[in-house]
Amino acid sequence: MAKVIVITSGKGGVGKTTTSAAVATALALRGHRTVVIDFDVGLRNLDLVMGCERRVVYDFVNVVQQEANLKQALIKDKKLDNLFILPASQTRDKDALTIDGVERVLNELKETFDYIVCDSPAGIEHGAHMALYFAEEAIVVTNPEVSSVRDSDRIIGILQSKSRIAEQGGTVKEHLLLTRYNPERVARGEMLSVTDVEEILAVPLLGVIPESEAVLKASNQGVPVVHDSDSDAGQAYEDAVARYLGEDRPHRFLERQKKGFLQRVFGG
Amino acid sequence: MSLMDLFRKEEPSTASVAKERLRVLVAHDRLRHNGPDYLPQLQQEILAVIRKYVHIDDQDVNVQLEHQGNTSVLELNVTLPEEAQD
Ligand SMILES: Nc1ncnc2c1ncn2[C@@H]1O[C@H](COP(=O)(O)OP(=O)(O)OP(=O)(O)O)[C@@H](O)[C@H]1O
Ligand SMILES: [Mg+2]
Repeated sequence: MAKVIVITSGKGGVGKTTTSAAVATALALRGHRTVVIDFDVGLRNLDLVMGCERRVVYDFVNVVQQEANLKQALIKDKKLDNLFILPASQTRDKDALTIDGVERVLNELKETFDYIVCDSPAGIEHGAHMALYFAEEAIVVTNPEVSSVRDSDRIIGILQSKSRIAEQGGTVKEHLLLTRYNPERVARGEMLSVTDVEEILAVPLLGVIPESEAVLKASNQGVPVVHDSDSDAGQAYEDAVARYLGEDRPHRFLERQKKGFLQRVFGG
Repeated sequence: MSLMDLFRKEEPSTASVAKERLRVLVAHDRLRHNGPDYLPQLQQEILAVIRKYVHIDDQDVNVQLEHQGNTSVLELNVTLPEEAQD
C-alpha cells in the first residue's frame, strides 16, 4: 500500500527540496518504487535538484487539469529505474491545484508506487495546504533558528487540524528533521541544539543533517546528495531514511568532528 | 584580555535566549491558533476588570490552555505591579 509523505516546514529556504530529493532517492536506492512531486507551482526547483530540468515536457498541473496523462508527465530518474519525478509548472498560478484534482492524481500514483514524496512550497497558504492535505506522514524540516522552529510548530498545528486524516479524527505521523546543523556553533552557545528544538516542538527526531558544502555541490550538479556517499550530509540523509524504515541507527554529526592526526597536520 | 574580563559575569548564550523566546512565542501561537475563539475576548475582559483596581499592562495577563486527557485547564497568570503587592 502506497504511503504519502509530505516534506514541509512553513518557513522558506530551510531545505525542503533538498530533503525531498534526498529522501526519495534514498528510498529508491533501497528498492522502493518512489515518486517525488513538486508542489511548488510557479517556482519549480525540484527538477533542478534532481537534474532532470531539460526533460520536463508536461507537469503536475497539466495532469491535475487533465491536459496530459501521468505517463506523459512522469520523468524517470537519470540513475534509478524505480524513481520518478513529477515536476511543477513554472507558468501557472498558485491556485491551479485543486483538492479533487490532486486526489485523483495521488490515487493513480498509489497503484504503481510504494512511496509518494510531496515537496511542499513554503508558507501556510494554498500550495502548502495542497501538499499536506493527503499526507499520512510528515517530515517537518527545521533549521535551528527562532523563526524556523516557530513556523514548524505552526505547520504541525495545521497538519493536525487541516489535513484529511485530521479532519477524519486521526493523526498524521510526524518526524522532525533538523537541517543545516552546525555542531561548532551549538558548542559555542550560538545555535539552538537538537535537544532545545526537540523540547520545544515535541516531535520525534528522525535525523540531523549538518550544514554541509556537499549540499551545494550536489545541487550544482543536479545529483541528490545521497549519491555522494562519502559526504556527511549524504550519510546523514541515508541514516534518516534507514531510521524512517525502522532501522535503529545512532545519530551522527551532532558533535564537533574531532580532527584526525593527518587533518591536524595538513589542515582542513 | 584584561584582568577584569576574568571577573565579568558570564552573559547567557544567544542560544539560550533564543530558546526562552521560542518557549513564549510557541505557547502564545498555540493558544491563538488552537484555542477556542473566545479566548482573546476573554483575555481582554479580564484585563478590563483588573484595571478597575490596579494599573497593569496588556502583557501582564497571561492565559494558557492545557489539554490533559479529557479535560482542559485554563491557566490565568496576572502579574501585579510592584507597589500593589503589599
Ligand atoms: N544541509 C545543508 N547544508 C548546506 N546548505 C543547505 C543544506 N540544506 C539546504 N541547503 C541550501 O539551502 C538552500 C535552500 O534549500 P532548499 O531549496 O532545499 O530549501 P526549500 O525549503 O525547498 O526552499 P523553498 O522554501 O524556497 O522551497 C539551497 O541553496 C540549498 O543548497
Ligand atoms: Mg523548495
